[in-house]
This record gives sequence, structure tokens and C-alpha cells, in this order.
Amino acid sequence: MTTTATNATAPPSSPSRPDPARPDRPRREPRRIAFGHRLSRWDLKLSPYLYVSPFFILFIVVGLFPIAYTAVISFMDWDLVRNSGEFIGFEQYVYVLTQPKFWIALRNTFSIFLLSSVPQLILAIFIAAMLDQNIRAKTFWRMGVLLPYVMAPVAVALIFSNMFGDKYGLVNTTLADLGIPPIMWHSDAFASHVAIATMVNFRWTGYNTLILLAAMQAIPRDYYEAAAIDGASKLRQFFAITVPSLRPTLIFVIITSTIGGLQIFDEPRMYDQYGTGGADSQWLTITLYLYDIGWGQWNFGRAAALAWILFLIILAIGIINLLVTQRVVRDEGARGSLGRREQRAAARAARRDLRRATSSGTLADAPAPTTDTPEAAR
Amino acid sequence: MTVKLSRRTTVIAAAAGAASIALIAAGCAPASDSGSDDGGKVELTVATFNDFGYTDELLQEYMDENPNVTVVQNKAATSNDARANYFQKLGKKGLADVEAIEVDWLPEVMQYSDLLAEVPSGTADRWLDWKVDAATDADGRLIGYGTDIGPEGVCYRSDLFAAAGLPTDRESVAALLEGDWAKYFEVGAQYTAATGKAWFDSAGGTYQGMVNQVEAAYEDPDSGDIIATDNAEVEDIYNQVLDASAAQSAHLGQWSDDWFAGLSNGAYATMLCPGWMLGVISGNAEGVTGWDVANVFPNGGGNWGGSYLTVPANGAHVEEAQKLADWLTAPEQQIKAFVNAGTFPSQNDAYTDEALTGFVNEYFNNAPVGEIFTDRAKAVSVAPFKGEFYFQINDAMQKALTRVEDGTQDKQASWDQWVSEVEAIG
Repeated sequence: MTTTATNATAPPSSPSRPDPARPDRPRREPRRIAFGHRLSRWDLKLSPYLYVSPFFILFIVVGLFPIAYTAVISFMDWDLVRNSGEFIGFEQYVYVLTQPKFWIALRNTFSIFLLSSVPQLILAIFIAAMLDQNIRAKTFWRMGVLLPYVMAPVAVALIFSNMFGDKYGLVNTTLADLGIPPIMWHSDAFASHVAIATMVNFRWTGYNTLILLAAMQAIPRDYYEAAAIDGASKLRQFFAITVPSLRPTLIFVIITSTIGGLQIFDEPRMYDQYGTGGADSQWLTITLYLYDIGWGQWNFGRAAALAWILFLIILAIGIINLLVTQRVVRDEGARGSLGRREQRAAARAARRDLRRATSSGTLADAPAPTTDTPEAAR
Repeated sequence: MTVKLSRRTTVIAAAAGAASIALIAAGCAPASDSGSDDGGKVELTVATFNDFGYTDELLQEYMDENPNVTVVQNKAATSNDARANYFQKLGKKGLADVEAIEVDWLPEVMQYSDLLAEVPSGTADRWLDWKVDAATDADGRLIGYGTDIGPEGVCYRSDLFAAAGLPTDRESVAALLEGDWAKYFEVGAQYTAATGKAWFDSAGGTYQGMVNQVEAAYEDPDSGDIIATDNAEVEDIYNQVLDASAAQSAHLGQWSDDWFAGLSNGAYATMLCPGWMLGVISGNAEGVTGWDVANVFPNGGGNWGGSYLTVPANGAHVEEAQKLADWLTAPEQQIKAFVNAGTFPSQNDAYTDEALTGFVNEYFNNAPVGEIFTDRAKAVSVAPFKGEFYFQINDAMQKALTRVEDGTQDKQASWDQWVSEVEAIG
């Protein structure tokens, strides 16, 4: 194949090559660029940055500053009331990392996150697939799944923690009626994680369902028709068409629920009357621990250090997420089948070619440059 | 007012607590440190929480007496909200001219006593001695105007007592329980033997009553050093309450959903009862006729909860604010507040006032609660020292008790974990 670059240069071997002194054809002069022209070039190049800048300016002012300030405070023994502190280096970090509570909180956070995200996404795909069918009163059902999301998390937590009462809760009373021994929702760590994950699932499943439903509706119906004609069962259609088409959306949903899961706060805080994560830290999450240090003990230096540790954890998870994402969806953001670097290399080669070809043209010489033209084009 | 257990948060209160974060973020409390001074007019703000019994009529009385003053009250939903707001703004701008604080966080406030205006001398003998002592800092400055206190009696279910063959009228019950904690648990053993049901609600609540009788439980009053883990008294109380708890406790953590359910379904027969607890019981166990209150408390008297008014020193109208706080905490006004909201006065003169002593509570079988709690207040002989870390240590202790009660750990393991947690504090 020839690239556009090679097309632009007249083949040097061609006999009708213009003479060095070709007064008949006006020599290609550098075009004078009018100001308006230049403006529209800048417009093309700069405006996108201008349009996205409000967010970044706002972020620097209200986002970056607090983050940096938190970093400063995390190296200090900070007194909130007197607004002063004493520099103590990494002591706060060392303190937090050597607290058994911190590691328990980390374990709880991941446990609750997995218990909520995994079943929630599976359930959401399933419900979305159901809603994607041709059913009666579609809007009613679709609005219905979003209903729990409208409820305030605190209200959800109030209701659920009542249900999960150890002695007189609805769940345990029902279990007792069935002759099953009661589950100690507030003393067994795993049971408490299940209870909290239930609240999270109740609230977020519908939200994720709607996002997945929207993605499902974007899948061309022809695929299903074709599959149906080929004799594929509904189940087969679901796994062979629906699920693969959902990939990019699924990744979005996974990333958002990861971030949400690592920052879980409302539900565990409302799970008992004290909001400090249980007598044995059974359901203490990192943000709950952070809140307790900051607003329970007024130790802002330590809370700031923990906030930074949490930030680094989320960053690490984010990078892992990114790597997985790139692996799963290859062509995301790329053009054609070439990688970005390959594309750039090809463009560079083409430009070099063009330059060489035009300069050789003025010298009216041998076909030497031609040899590497096709090479670059390849 | 009031208060309830250290960091008591009822479930609903906790809900509001979560909302308080948003409140803080929004920079609430437009409180007027910028009172309009035009024509000598002064606007004063009073920030309280829950219900201090400061009704519009009461505040109007003050405005009538002082025509140049307008009083505006900001009520926070819970003491936790008020605490968060208080420490965010203390020493800066934005606090009300008169700010209410609760005894639970008084030790924290005392660290910043220099940022508060001193109570003018001459009124200190208005209050009970220990109420004054707790709000006096190392330099001898009194920074809080005492409002109410939480003298404790024993609430009991007379119907359950009858079923167990125990006396039911409040005089006989008082006589029955007269004595120390061992006596209380001994009667409890009788009750459990007779009925197989729980005697008290939780180890945590009972421990609270016991530890409030220890002069210096967790910290050395002189040096401020943490002595909790080596304190034999604390360990003894811990063992005593947990030994009894095994058979006699309903294992219902105070303020939990199960505990509220237990108030009405008879899960436990007795409960240690500060004055303000009466409202909690009658409010959550409507229709239960058995609750009564006995004029007795194991091992003498005990106090649980109570509040103060403070005046931030950097306010715009410190002098006027002091006058208002002084007026609000005078015996006459405090009795009115008691009638309005059941907040038991901390003022000596109030205890001889007919309006207080003659007050009868219908729900508790017409118990003369005014008289009973006056007696209970007089019986308080110890003002426990609560230092900078009291809140955290006590919080860890409550969790340690809960771990044993819910069977997560045995007594020794839970104690050891508490020791290591206390060692990490500071």
C-alpha cells in the first residue's frame, strides 16, 4: 500500500518531473496565513483545553489544596481548636500502620466490598436482562428497580439494622420460627459483613441494573434475530451476545463500585447505636476508623495520615483496575489495529519521507529515495 | 439536655449525627457574633441541644426584663452534633454567645478553658460543690454555668418483681436494695433464680453506674497520667459486673434496638436510672404500667450526665452573654426548665422549692420523682475525676464489656485487649 505521503510526492522516476526552472507553473510558495486562519487553527488546538479547564481550575482550588494541606497535617501533632501543630515526621503513619485496628479495618473493608460488589453485579446483569425482554409495564418495572436507590442510605440502614437485631430482629425471629438457631449479627464478624453488604446491595443493585440496561438496549437487535434464526437459545444469546457487548459498561460499573466499596461509611456507621464499628471492630471500615480518629478523638494529624494511606490504597487499586481494563478492552481509545507508539513511528517515517522526496525533487536526482518509500509505507 | 450515656446516641440521634457532617461542611450556625448594636440593641444567641427546657416563654421573660436584648435559641438535635460544632469553631468565629456543653465532653472543653469567659465570682455557691469543681480548671477559673445533673436511682418493673415474689412498692424495694453492689447482685441472683429472667439490662450500663463512684478511675488527677490499667478498683468493678452479668444481664447494649424493645417487653427487671432516663423509659415503653422508681442506689449516690452553659471569650457580647447565662442557671429558671423538660437542677436552692420537691410522675405510678431525685442528688458524695482521655478509655471499656457479653471473648482476653488499647491511647 502507499501512504498519503507517497502519493503527495510525484514519483521521482516519472519522466514528466517538473524542471528545476519551471516558470510555467507557479512555484509552491509558503502560503501566507491570515490572522483569521491562524485563529481558527488555535481554536482547533487550544479550545478543547479551555473547555475542560474549569473543572481542573476548580479541582486545583478546592481539591488539590485540601489534599496537600492534609499531607502537611499528617506530619504533625495537630490541635484543631488552636489551629497549630508540632512537626513530628512520620510518627502518625507509623502509629496508624502499627495499629491492629487498621489492619482489621482493611480486612473488613475488602470483605464488605467483595460481599457487596460481586453478588450485586451478577444480580444487576440478570435483572437488566429480564427488563430488556419484551414485558408488560416496562416503565413500571424499570422505575421499580431504582426505588431503593432513592432512599437515603441512613434510612436504609435504620430499617435494616432493625431487621438484623440480635434478639428481637425480624430475621432472627423468623429463623427461630423455622427452628434455626439465631445468627449473632453484631458479634460475628462475617455475619455483620453480610448484613452490611445486604444494605449496600439493596440500595445499589437497581442503580447498576439501569446502567447495564441502557447498555443492553444499545446492542443491535439484529444480532438476536440472527442468533434466533440460527437456533441459539435465550441462554446462549445472553452469554454469546449480551455479556460480550456489555464489556465496556461493565468495566465502568466495576470501577465505580470499587471506589464506592472502599469508601463505605453510612451503612456500617448506622449499623449499631454507637457507630464505631462494633465491640471487637467486627465491621470497622477504613473510613469509619478515619472518622472516629478525626471526630471522635479529635486527632487530626492521625486522621490525615490515615486519609493519605487510604488515598494510596485506592490509587493502587485504581492502577490494578486500569491494567486489567487495558487487557480486557484492547481497542479502547486506540485507532485502528496499531498501537499508539507504532502509529507515531509510522507518521514520523512518512514525514521524513516526504521531506526527503521533496528535497531530492529540487535536486533532480536518482531514484534512490524511492527505495525506502515503500518500506516506510509498510 | 441531657444526656445520656457517654456517647449515647439513640439510633435516631445517630442518624442526625451523620447529618451533622453535612451541617459542618455547610458551615452551619450562622450564629450571630455580629449582633446588631444599633441603638444599644443586642442580639444574643444561645446554642443548646436536645431539650434544655428553655421555651420561648422563658426566653421572653428575660427579654421583657431586659428590653435592649433579643435572645435567639439555636437547638442542635443531639449532643454529638453540638460537640462537633463546638470544637470546629472554638477559638475562631461562629459560636453562639452562650454555648451549652455536656459533661461527657467537659474534660475536652477544659483543655481549652482559656478560650472561655470565666464565671464572675460570687455565684459559684449557687451550685452543688462537685458541679462547680468539675468545671474549674487548674488555674481556679470556673468556666461553666451548671444547668442540670443526672442523680441516679433504680428503675424497676413492679409487675416482674411481683412475679418473682419480691416486694413491689417503692419504699420496700428501696429497703430491699439498700446496701452495696454486692447486695444489688445478690437480690438479682434471687430474682433470676425465681424467674429465669434477666435482672439488669447490660453490663455496660451497670458498669457506668459503678465506675462513676470511683474518684479517679482512669487518670491521675494530679499528673493526668493514665492509671486505668493498673487501677485495682477498675479491675474489681470489671470482674464484679461481669461475674453477675453471666446470669443476670439481658445482654442488651444500651441504646440498641434490642434494648429499646426490652424496655417494653420485660426483658429485664431493673435499670440504673438517672432523672433524664425516666423520659426515655416513658417515651419508649408506652402502655407498660409496671415501671416504677425506687429512692435507692447501690453504694450511695451516683451521677450520670448533666450539662453546663459556657460563654466563649471571643464573642461579640461577652458581658451580656454572661448575664444571660447567669439568669438561665439561677434556681428559679432551672426549676422552670425542669418542669418543662425534666432536667434535674444542679442548684442548691432549687432542692427546697416546692415546684421541684412536689413534682410527681404519672407514668411511674405517680412516683414523687422531685423528692426522690432531690434525695439522690444529695446522696452523691463522689465527683469522679475525668481527664483528657476519659472518653476514649471509657469507650474502650464499654466495648470490652460488650465483647464478653456477646460471647466474642472471655473475661481475661477482653481485659487484655482493653489494656493494649488503652496503652495505644495518647
